[in-house]
Amino acid sequence: MTPAEPHWSFLLGRLGPDAIPTEPIVLATFAVVALGGVALLAALTYFRLWGYLWKEWFTSVDHKKIGIMYMVLGLVMFLRGFADALMMRIQQAIAFNGSEGYLNAHHYDQIFTAHGVIMIFFVAMPFVTGLMNYVVPLQIGARDVSFPFLNNFSFWMTTSGAALVMASLFVGEFAQTGWLAYPPLSGLAYSPNVGVDYYIWSLQIAGVGTTLSGINLIATIVKMRAPGMTMMRMPVFTWTSLCTNVLIVASFPVLTAVLVLLSLDRYVGTNFFTNDFGGSPMMYVNLIWIWGHPEVYILILPIFGVFSEITSTFSGKRLFGYSSMVYATVVITILSYLVWLHHFFTMGSGASVNSFFGITTMVISIPTGAKMFNWLFTMYRARIRFDLPMMWTMAFMLTFVIGGMTGVMLAVPPADFVLHNSLFLIAHFHNVIIGGVVFGVFAAINYWWPKAFGFRLEPFWGKVSFWCWVVGFWMAFTPLYVMGLMGVTRRMRVFDDPSLQIWFQIAAAGAFLIALGIVAMLIQYTVSILRRDELRDETGDPWNARTLEWSTSSPPPAYNFAFTPIVHDLDAWEDMKRAGVARPVEGFRPIHMPKNTGAGVILAGISAVCGFALIWHIWWLAVASFGALLITAIAHTFNYRRDFHIPAETVAETEATRTRQLAALEGAAA
Amino acid sequence: MPAIPPSLWRLARGAVVLPLAALLSGCDWVVLNPSGDIAQQQAHLVIVATALMLLIIVPVMVLTVAFAWRYRSSNTAATYAPEWHHSTKLELVIWSAPLMIIIALGSITWVTTHTLDPYRPLSRIDAARPLPAGTKPLEVQVVALDWKWLFIYPEQKIATVNDLVLPVDRPVQFRLTASSVMNSFYVPALAGQIYAMPGMETKLHAVLNRTGAFQGFSAQYSGAGFSKMRFVTRGVSADDFDAWAAGIRKGADALDRTAYLKLEQPSEKEPVRHFANVDPALFDAAVNLCVRPGKMCVNQMMAIDAEGGTGRAGQFNLAALTYDKFGREQVVPVLPGRQPSGAQLFVNANAYCAGKGPLKEAPPQQPASRTLSLAAPASSPVS
Repeated sequence: MTPAEPHWSFLLGRLGPDAIPTEPIVLATFAVVALGGVALLAALTYFRLWGYLWKEWFTSVDHKKIGIMYMVLGLVMFLRGFADALMMRIQQAIAFNGSEGYLNAHHYDQIFTAHGVIMIFFVAMPFVTGLMNYVVPLQIGARDVSFPFLNNFSFWMTTSGAALVMASLFVGEFAQTGWLAYPPLSGLAYSPNVGVDYYIWSLQIAGVGTTLSGINLIATIVKMRAPGMTMMRMPVFTWTSLCTNVLIVASFPVLTAVLVLLSLDRYVGTNFFTNDFGGSPMMYVNLIWIWGHPEVYILILPIFGVFSEITSTFSGKRLFGYSSMVYATVVITILSYLVWLHHFFTMGSGASVNSFFGITTMVISIPTGAKMFNWLFTMYRARIRFDLPMMWTMAFMLTFVIGGMTGVMLAVPPADFVLHNSLFLIAHFHNVIIGGVVFGVFAAINYWWPKAFGFRLEPFWGKVSFWCWVVGFWMAFTPLYVMGLMGVTRRMRVFDDPSLQIWFQIAAAGAFLIALGIVAMLIQYTVSILRRDELRDETGDPWNARTLEWSTSSPPPAYNFAFTPIVHDLDAWEDMKRAGVARPVEGFRPIHMPKNTGAGVILAGISAVCGFALIWHIWWLAVASFGALLITAIAHTFNYRRDFHIPAETVAETEATRTRQLAALEGAAA
Repeated sequence: MPAIPPSLWRLARGAVVLPLAALLSGCDWVVLNPSGDIAQQQAHLVIVATALMLLIIVPVMVLTVAFAWRYRSSNTAATYAPEWHHSTKLELVIWSAPLMIIIALGSITWVTTHTLDPYRPLSRIDAARPLPAGTKPLEVQVVALDWKWLFIYPEQKIATVNDLVLPVDRPVQFRLTASSVMNSFYVPALAGQIYAMPGMETKLHAVLNRTGAFQGFSAQYSGAGFSKMRFVTRGVSADDFDAWAAGIRKGADALDRTAYLKLEQPSEKEPVRHFANVDPALFDAAVNLCVRPGKMCVNQMMAIDAEGGTGRAGQFNLAALTYDKFGREQVVPVLPGRQPSGAQLFVNANAYCAGKGPLKEAPPQQPASRTLSLAAPASSPVS
């Protein structure tokens, strides 16, 4: 807290022995993580997996493998983010009657900050990006994304950002500012230590990855669709992905800019957001929400696409109102830029300004409502199969509408004055993010897993997980809605009013139920992998689905499609099945493919080092690593061995195997 | 429309009615059952918005469950129309039904946002009683400090820490600011919250209609001591209020600038304190970040800048203007020569100023934006 001349040395900057946390909880976590990490490294070495991982995964430019790596990253960070959530729930359930709980302010404030940052940037974003990466090229009949190397680089930049957040747990501290780091609290005067710098640099590095991945996917969707796939024949998931990536490309630069301004305030003494010399913290709040509101649509739009695909597939019907679904998506994309001020009606803007932003916010619920009705009428006169993806969709529909309703309540400025920053708000956005994004990601994992790995997920543990999650969610967040109406505010560490304790205990029990749901989910994955032979799907189309990704084998060959499919209708694969289009079995030609490269890993690794050096004010290392970054990037441009051809014989062989596989299936069926 | 089994209806009705009943009957749910007219109207709005939304949410949820049940794959008796995917009539309904509700809610929003604007002086005491003409609201100046609340009653010439006492049925005008970081002033029983921000002033108009003790707190996370930044708001009769104020005026503790600077230093769980004699210019000085003697006020700087500034000579003002740029103001007092500005190294401001006369005085008119209504220079403290 004392901003007196801090410890600094040329070699290590601000890094000193005091950077190692002394809190026993952190030390225990550190011990567990270190042991687990060492065990993992040892296992990888023992089983000689390093070469395999490096060649087949880390350096891969295959969108499918990168997509899967994004999902793994999201899952790992999800466990961390959820651990934070559990710790908060326990603290709030016990810190009553004068008890300080088990977390001091320094630790607790880091936890709620890290929880928000991790869940949004390093869980939801990797999940959504991973899904888009895996599915979009397959859905549009492409062999990869437009810029395969950039894709690999984007993934590793996101991972580097995540690594920095994780490092903050054991070296130094994370920000104690809340997940959007409002100044002046996040300024040098009130957060003089490394926490906010960790925040800034992990988001900046990950943000490079996100922005580039957005550009990549826009180019892919615009330029690489199979012949015949006009815009209005694109699957809805591809449409929502397109809109999402437009949002990413248009909004992430704002985040980058606002964090640059905050860094300038912290590093070189400018006054953009300080109390001094005309700085305006309100400007920061505006700017960060100009990114922040589109961000929530970045998360939810692709998930709307997921639910559209699943509802249509499991209803055995074409999606009701495809065009209105597309228009609704586009309208939401545009409107999402016109609502940011609803995050701070209480800042004292004029009534007309507040009304404008309140009403635009409500207007968004019209296209969203239209989407809901479209799913509903897709189910009308359908034959609905309630497999896990459809179960998650049902849970989503019933949960999300409540979140939507409370969202509209918060959009009415005078109502927001009494609910803003309360636990009601917390319940609302968890209602839409868990009920929407998280349920959607689980639906998507259950839906596309057979495509990615060639076997289905085991349903029993999936259902256990489903019920734990759904019941746990309502148990954890209904008390928060209730307490919001009792005027309980967010980010509290200790409480005076003993009558609240029971509500927090119920919420904590709900969180533990969710924890069981996560355990069941991990068991589901494990059991499925162990029993993969029984769960094997050789058809490539286990759900009798409708879009192009199901027309190829599971898992798809490296080149996705031996011949680029030709599209004649919406739901191209359904159309092909109905028309009885024969799979081509000869005339294969060599396929031009991008070559793996380690440049992405190296560049992102150097970026992480550079970020670490900047956080700790190790200036020589920052300069050296930034130089190394530039040199590596330039050197990479001289690498002309970027591509290769899969020989026609290899393609023919792969396709022949597939032909035999399909023939055997047909024989078995006959 | 498919037939919906009665059991399903009951279930759906229960799901909707029960929480709503709980919502309306709960009495410790202060947000929905407050004690001040403004909060009461806001609570009413919460209910109205919920009811309007439920008009569409309930049918959607019921239909979702109904369709899911009716068209389950094992029910082969149900119609199956795999090619049915468009209906202009239905499209019209599904776009216009939400639209109607939003038009209704949007109109309510426009009106209530204006009538319940925290900056708008009150026009009534409660639903039944309009405000008698010429009623002067009680002014309370609020300063959010780390981590306690300072309330200054300029009319009564007293101040308190973590003790907000309000006469019932008398409109109150709060003027709010903060000393270091953003906070949000919130007494759920009284009225919705408003941010209290350093270097700025926000306003809130409200009235308390019932006597009693109510919770007040900061609703915007403001650092380590945030959880304990709470105070009790007491509603008392007008006579009791006057007696309370008179009692405090008899006390010995004065709140001058020195006392304020001491109070401003970070502390947690600050007990209630009362001050008898308050520097009348203290609040404006706090808004303008110039309580410390020798500081230049923000509004003075803005006035100079509005006149075109003083060019390089303005460097001379840096030391007098620096507030918390280098750390919490109270911990590191600003010393001349601590500025990092490169220009400072090259410009000998004194030499430059020589022959240019003294710095201009703040002009009388001040371009004050509505939200950042900075104190008028006329009332500003020049130390």
